[in-house]
Amino acid sequence: MVNPANKRKLEIIIVGTGLAGASAAASLGELGYKVKAFCFQDSPRRAHSIAAQGGINAAKNYQNDGDSIFRLFYDTVKGGDYRARESNVHRLAEVSVNIIDQCVAQGVPFAREYGGLLNNRSFGGTQVKRTFYAAGQTGQQLLIGAYQALERQVALGNVEMHSRHEMLDMVTIDGKARGIICRNLVNGELERHFGHAVLLCTGGYGNVFYLSTNAMGSNVTAIWKAHKKGAMFGNPCFTQIHPTCIPVSGDHQSKLTLMSESLRNDGRIWVPKQKGETRKANDIPEEERDYYLERRYPAFGNLVPRDVASRAAKERCDAGYGVGTTKQAVYLDFKFNLINKYGKAEANKHGIENPDTETLIRLGKELVKEEYGNLFDMYEKITGENPYEVPMRIYPAVHYTMGGLWVDYELMTNVKGLYCLGEANFSDHGANRLGASALMQGLADGYFVVPYTIGNYLADEIATKPIPVSHEAFVQTEKAVKERIETLMNIKGKQTVESFHKRLGKIMWEKCGMARNAKGLQEAIKEIQELKKEFWTDVRIPGDINEMNPELDKAGRVADFIELGELMCKDALDRNESCGGHFREESQTEEGEAKRDDENFAYVSAWEFKGESNWELHKEKLEFEVAKPSQRSYK
Amino acid sequence: MEHYMMNLSLKVWRQKNAADKGGFVTYPVKNISSEMSFLEMIDVLNEELIRDGKDPIAFDHDCREGICGACSMYINGRPHGPWEANTTCQLHMRAYKDGDTIVIEPWRANAFPVIKDLVVDRSSFDRIIQAGGYISVNTGNAVDANAIAINKDNADASFAAASCIGCGACVAACKNSSALLFVSAKVSHLALLPQGEPERRSRALNMVAQMDKEGFGSCTNTGACEAVCPKEISIENIARLNREYMFAGASVSK
Ligand SMILES: Cc1cc2nc3c(=O)[nH]c(=O)nc-3n(C[C@H](O)[C@H](O)[C@H](O)COP(=O)(O)OP(=O)(O)OC[C@H]3O[C@@H](n4cnc5c(N)ncnc54)[C@H](O)[C@@H]3O)c2cc1C
Ligand code: SF4
Ligand code: FES
Repeated sequence: MVNPANKRKLEIIIVGTGLAGASAAASLGELGYKVKAFCFQDSPRRAHSIAAQGGINAAKNYQNDGDSIFRLFYDTVKGGDYRARESNVHRLAEVSVNIIDQCVAQGVPFAREYGGLLNNRSFGGTQVKRTFYAAGQTGQQLLIGAYQALERQVALGNVEMHSRHEMLDMVTIDGKARGIICRNLVNGELERHFGHAVLLCTGGYGNVFYLSTNAMGSNVTAIWKAHKKGAMFGNPCFTQIHPTCIPVSGDHQSKLTLMSESLRNDGRIWVPKQKGETRKANDIPEEERDYYLERRYPAFGNLVPRDVASRAAKERCDAGYGVGTTKQAVYLDFKFNLINKYGKAEANKHGIENPDTETLIRLGKELVKEEYGNLFDMYEKITGENPYEVPMRIYPAVHYTMGGLWVDYELMTNVKGLYCLGEANFSDHGANRLGASALMQGLADGYFVVPYTIGNYLADEIATKPIPVSHEAFVQTEKAVKERIETLMNIKGKQTVESFHKRLGKIMWEKCGMARNAKGLQEAIKEIQELKKEFWTDVRIPGDINEMNPELDKAGRVADFIELGELMCKDALDRNESCGGHFREESQTEEGEAKRDDENFAYVSAWEFKGESNWELHKEKLEFEVAKPSQRSYK
Repeated sequence: MEHYMMNLSLKVWRQKNAADKGGFVTYPVKNISSEMSFLEMIDVLNEELIRDGKDPIAFDHDCREGICGACSMYINGRPHGPWEANTTCQLHMRAYKDGDTIVIEPWRANAFPVIKDLVVDRSSFDRIIQAGGYISVNTGNAVDANAIAINKDNADASFAAASCIGCGACVAACKNSSALLFVSAKVSHLALLPQGEPERRSRALNMVAQMDKEGFGSCTNTGACEAVCPKEISIENIARLNREYMFAGASVSK
């Protein structure tokens, strides 16, 4: 513990102001620490947490359907296919209830029932309704809550906010994290910042695949630099491919858009029973539709976990049953519930007897609009089709990275004083994250975990005076960053940063994506190494160093993604089992389901950087005392 | 959806930095697919500029799905372009036809100085929030979330106001560069909830004072803000802000 007077003497650097970073900055500021926070966007309110749609889980049991902390813990461990650390997950489930209380107190306008109490919806991989939401904008509302709490601390002078700043390296002194080097993205100048501790809350690295549901700026740079300075990278290959995204429409595609999993509550997924079907969706009669999730997984139906739903969609498309122009899509159809669930409920309420289908659809629309309105509008803007009338076309896309910096129970990495929170760490989701659990984890880490655990470390730092940034370690680290930027600018090659990023993405998607095998992964490693050489000899970056230069920002990020890509393939190659989102073709059951190998792989892969293309694997053995591993079954 | 290709002429505002005077440059773009988003069309142009050894156009963007509020282009005289309730990143090229000329400028307002090309500095919005756009509750202070029931209509109206993405289109559309729609959305979000009650007076006063200090203009009720707001924030919020302000013992109309 650190007493209040001493807290003022302790400085904390927080990189990232998404749910994890903003909640940590606000809470640590309230406690009296001197906080400096950084983000690359022009405002902390724009972190990619803002885009989260469907909801946030909490074991409140407000629905009286038998939910409990234990059940949330159990679902999360099972959903993660027994590759998460039990203790961390249990703590997450415990604090989940406090998060909802805190958010409501801040004024987060969650959806409510007519009686004025909070409403819930269900999400995949669970059989209770424990997800709190605000239409399809839950992330936005939660982030605004955390952002406002953060701005309040800025106003009070407890937090110093640096927007449009990008962390480009970490400074360590005597083996402890002591600060960062960052670039002011407006004028290009490098800056040195000291902290008694450094918290990285920089989000996921799904953009290593080029196309993903992440924002354009989402990147791995901060944690990658920390990794190269000694922090171990946990389970880098664990990637979540989300089943319901708007499919790719052409080569120009710059990102993919998610259609929230909550839609699977009310949408039924199907493909035509006939191969090469040419009729329009609405012209295909009921008996000629294959509701393949309901067929294969009767117990969970459309609400199976994401990894299962994604693979099932790929299986159908690969077998020739895909729909749309590219045939790389399946239908997500709302008609049934629009009529039978929402329409009938409204008709009953208004006392309309024997309503015809038209009326039911009209009535149902109103309710569906309230539940998902913005998502339906978003779909229509992108595709030009109206999902109230025709089924959505969807396909899996890269969405979330369960891997990240390895952290202990206190969220500290193996580098003393370096913490990692939110999607950037590896901790709670094992090999597959359940829907609505990332928002929960980000806020748990920032509001209710790190404020307590960091005191254990800082208690021994009270006597450490702030280290002046003229210290040799700062000077040297800044020099290395400067040289790297100059090297990049001086290549003056022919190919654009974007073109390299696209090529990396293609290798990753094809060989380290939804299905992986040893041969493909070995090829991918070679191809990535070659791509790296080409990048460092032929990339072209326009403009100057000392000005706003988005191409230069992007070049640094892509260079890091290339290195990360290699490690991801190496990790995927090492893990010769299928678990959660990691599907090794060599390891499957006769029915094509993922086959886990607990005997040999019940461990966290923690990779230590040893030099170019060289890593050492450390294994953290996973013990399951309570949630005993079993073959996941959603049948 | 029928898909087609088009050639366009873009007139884009180029300005090297805050000190530069800036001016329009015309670029032809070819083979643009109607399925592209507006920003993907700019990506195509930028890739070409880089290959030709020229400086690409700088613009703010991140989520590309209409929620982060970063994108901010003033397109043919309208913030975020021609579609209703839409952001620049969600605008798709099927809004245009072959041969069209499109004029693209940054937000223009004293309180939003240009940083480069189409990128402006909107940190004034953060400072307005710092002035009072929050509920003062420390982590750990909260009571059970269901301890206070909230009338659903109020909760829904609060949510509608809270869906503001802080993009600044309202300011860009206003001939006085007033930020009142943005401020009123925040004041309404919090004033409609019982949790926001204790700070109602000071919040409205302090946020409006900060808005004035940042150099935003005053509101003359023309409604241009509401018409372009991508999140359909209603001008009724401005009326509510006026009531809040009066309730706090002052008057916003100056
Ligand atoms: C479209 C979409 C929908 C989702 N829906 C849900 C949902 O319904 N429920 C759910 O639980 N989860 C959902 N998720 C997942 C969830 O939103 C994220 O996992 C979570 O919000 C990540 O929060 P974070 O704080 O870790 O990171 P982010 O919110 O991504 O924040 C990262 C921060 O780090 C900063 N940063 C990054 N790199 C640097 C650097 N080098 N220097 C300086 N700053 C840097 C950024 O500026 C930003 O502030 C969704 C994700 C997506 C993409
Ligand atoms: S009120 Fe509307 S236009 Fe103004 S900042 Fe908010 S979302 Fe943008
Ligand atoms: S880029 Fe996020 S709203 Fe347009």
